[in-house]
Amino acid sequence: MPPLAQRDRPKLGPAPDQAPAVELLGITKSFPGVLANDNVSLALPQGEVHCLLGENGAGKSTLMGILAGMLQPDGGRIKVNGEETRIDSPRKALDLGIGTVYQHSTLIGPLTVVENLMLGESRGLRLNFAETRRRLEEFGAMLGVEIDPDVKADELALGRQQQIEIIKALWRGSRVLILDEPTSMLTPQAVGELQKVLERLKSTGLAIVFITHKLHEALALGDRITVLRQGRVTGEIPRERVRLSSPEELEAEIVQLMFGESGKPAEEVAELSVRVEGTKHAATTRGEVALELEHATAAGEGSQPGINDVSLALHLGEVLGVAGVDGNGQRALAEVVSGQRRLSHGEVRYLGAPVGKLSVAQREKLGLRYVTDDRLGEGIVASLPVSLNLVLKRIGSAPYWRRGRMHPEAIEQDAKRLIERFDIRTPSSQARAGTLSGGNIQKLLLARELSFESKVVVFHKPTYGLDLKTTRIVREMIGDLRQGRAALLISTDLDELLEVSDRIAVISGGRIVGVVDNGPTAAEQVGRLMIGDVTLGVQETPEPVGQRA
Amino acid sequence: MTDAVTVPPQTGVTAVIEPPPVGQGGARTRSRKVANARDLLIRSLVPVVLALVAGGVLLAILGRDPFTFYSNVWQGGVQQGSWEDSAMRGAPLLLIGVGLTMIFRANIWNLGYDGQFLVGAALITGLAPRLASSPNVVSLVILFFVAMGAGALWTIIPAFLKARYETNEIITTLMMSFIGVGVANVLVKGPFQDPAVNIPQTKVIPLNHMLPPIPGTRIHVGVLVALAAALLAAYVLKRTSFGLRLHVLGANPRAAAHVGINVKRLIVTAFLVSGALVGAAAAADILGVWGYMRANWNPGYGDTVIPFVFLARLNPLVLIPYIAFFAVLSNGGDLAASNANLSTDFLLVLVALILLFMTVIEYVGRRRDLGGSYLTPGLKNALKAPLFRRKKAAAS
Repeated sequence: MPPLAQRDRPKLGPAPDQAPAVELLGITKSFPGVLANDNVSLALPQGEVHCLLGENGAGKSTLMGILAGMLQPDGGRIKVNGEETRIDSPRKALDLGIGTVYQHSTLIGPLTVVENLMLGESRGLRLNFAETRRRLEEFGAMLGVEIDPDVKADELALGRQQQIEIIKALWRGSRVLILDEPTSMLTPQAVGELQKVLERLKSTGLAIVFITHKLHEALALGDRITVLRQGRVTGEIPRERVRLSSPEELEAEIVQLMFGESGKPAEEVAELSVRVEGTKHAATTRGEVALELEHATAAGEGSQPGINDVSLALHLGEVLGVAGVDGNGQRALAEVVSGQRRLSHGEVRYLGAPVGKLSVAQREKLGLRYVTDDRLGEGIVASLPVSLNLVLKRIGSAPYWRRGRMHPEAIEQDAKRLIERFDIRTPSSQARAGTLSGGNIQKLLLARELSFESKVVVFHKPTYGLDLKTTRIVREMIGDLRQGRAALLISTDLDELLEVSDRIAVISGGRIVGVVDNGPTAAEQVGRLMIGDVTLGVQETPEPVGQRA
Repeated sequence: MTDAVTVPPQTGVTAVIEPPPVGQGGARTRSRKVANARDLLIRSLVPVVLALVAGGVLLAILGRDPFTFYSNVWQGGVQQGSWEDSAMRGAPLLLIGVGLTMIFRANIWNLGYDGQFLVGAALITGLAPRLASSPNVVSLVILFFVAMGAGALWTIIPAFLKARYETNEIITTLMMSFIGVGVANVLVKGPFQDPAVNIPQTKVIPLNHMLPPIPGTRIHVGVLVALAAALLAAYVLKRTSFGLRLHVLGANPRAAAHVGINVKRLIVTAFLVSGALVGAAAAADILGVWGYMRANWNPGYGDTVIPFVFLARLNPLVLIPYIAFFAVLSNGGDLAASNANLSTDFLLVLVALILLFMTVIEYVGRRRDLGGSYLTPGLKNALKAPLFRRKKAAAS
């Protein structure tokens, strides 16, 4: 085994009899109105992957925030290597050997890998390039990956960026590695690679915490699984049980732990177990072409790429998925359809008529809608009440405005109706939209886009960051559009695409690299297309893309 | 919880604007409305009161009696018909304030008011003698429209640059203002120069071509125009689609584009409205009070008004009492300052103090939840406690 670090070198090698690397005892943390962690105890033994499983809002991130020194617990104790200690700053956490890899990249894009790694160096004035390179090589060998030290961080694939994040977290000699939802941005292949990296790290005696809300990941990766629900530990499945039990048994038990005895319907369980096998949808009732892009080309924005020569056809009664790693032109694609971005070349047709020159408002009136992924940033106006946010795309039109004058009664009436129909949980229709939870803001947006005679709806990451229940509702709504309407579902969640779509197009670098019919082998095909194995795309879709009608 | 939704921090004062109310809420919303109104009152009045107190302390340090000073302000600003002068002094301030309010709502910063004002003023002082033969009403209406048009025209370049290229309008409006001040001087010294006098100034508009007084007072009708503009602006902002579009653009420009608002057109419209109102202020002031224009004349109304526009939280109705307050202060302050043997610049010190305390209150309020009270919990409890004790004592 290569030496990890010359200084601050942690004790390496599997030592199962030792005291846990970190132990949390009775941790309690509350925020105004929420008890995020309620008497949570957790032990992180060396050389194990400890999966922390729970829905959004179960308190996983809070717990890890406490461990990483970002948050201070209200009560409870933390032991590191058997010694009680206070982690009162992120720096202290690093000193104690607790490294964290966050969900989103913290690398500085324009800096090279080596420069990024040197950012954390606190001693000395001069930068020691040679030493950094040498250590990077050591870490690369330990992880089993090869990394070019001089390439800029934003030129790397997300999976590779994450490996550098892991190295960064281990740079100062960590004993504990926390991974917060590490797979949410990755392709299936990159997830596989991550799994191998974790196996190797485990064998060096590192304690790994793997936070996820995906059951199958916990089962595949975890040596030990702890389930959190509403801030409490509802169960811990120890190492032996994880090894010995069958996946079906474990799954049933975990579902029970996640949702409790409150008699969760079987469908939820069924949905949980939707894995990468995918679901086949009857694509027989394909209607006329609802939305068509012909050689659509549009410029990017900042570091976000545009789209290049995209041709796609979406039929009425169909859900067309668009898979791809985030930042490959998805936003440009959605905005070109909604009218927020000008085409530099090509055309968009809606129900046969060209709409490329129409404004956002004109397309909205025709029934072409866009549920944005940036809910707070552009979806709502946080300081306006829910009722006005519901009619925000209809400013100036009857019956809510007549000759420029607002008619509050009409707005109020329809707002109440929509709030009830879409089950938006809000204190009143007058509450500011910014005070709602993420799930309810998404319901607000869905209510706005799906109402008023919608016909074709573009969804961009519609369930990102939502809890399981809302996710299910949203996916059902998307599926319901098959009744005479159509949906373009842009998502980075492959499971979601496999569950909801009839066909899945794959976008990469602003181009559609292939379209795959949903089916048992779809996951693998989509995955290969995502990493650029284009030959497969050609094999699987022999007809020119976009002319499959 | 770290996954909880957080509202993104918003820029400037737009975040605390009350959203346009829709319909009648239940008792809960009504009590919130009362609380909001109370907060608004606290936030708006406290800086003024603190500034007056601090100004009083300053006067005492300078060896003047603050009570005499403030009572002189009252005498010179309100009593014995001087309130009429104060009202006339307030008219251009209010019109400019409303013009700035409209565009600030959209989070666009039109700081070129001096140029817009002076170009409008110069044009109508030059044009008025040429309209001497037409009936008074006709010439007044024409002159108002000319001034408004000139003000609006002077915003066109910044508006276009902002809409088309997203150029920072603070820089472009300031530059245009600089040019506008120069152009006004060129006009006054050149084509509009009164040949009968040696000093660079325009001809004086005959009295019968000035704005007529409101019957029974000396106040010219320009004051009514200003008040009407404020009321109309309040209605437009609260109850029309245009007002809501401005609000959306100001609160979240990306949302404005997303929901299909024609952002470019809205930016240009907001600029034109703002410039036209500044131009109207010039018409009201020239045709109501001055009657002519001298070279290098620049009353700098806009700079005076801006603190009050913010104090009023971009609400045209709340702006009215503030402008009234300042008009009285500046009108009566002339007398008070000369009585106390102080420079009239002391009034600017008072305005500066208001600005200072406004910033302090803003800072205190920002640390608390936006839209809530401006007092910190500790201070709030400290203020509440004696009140409760008194109540308890009264009850027992």
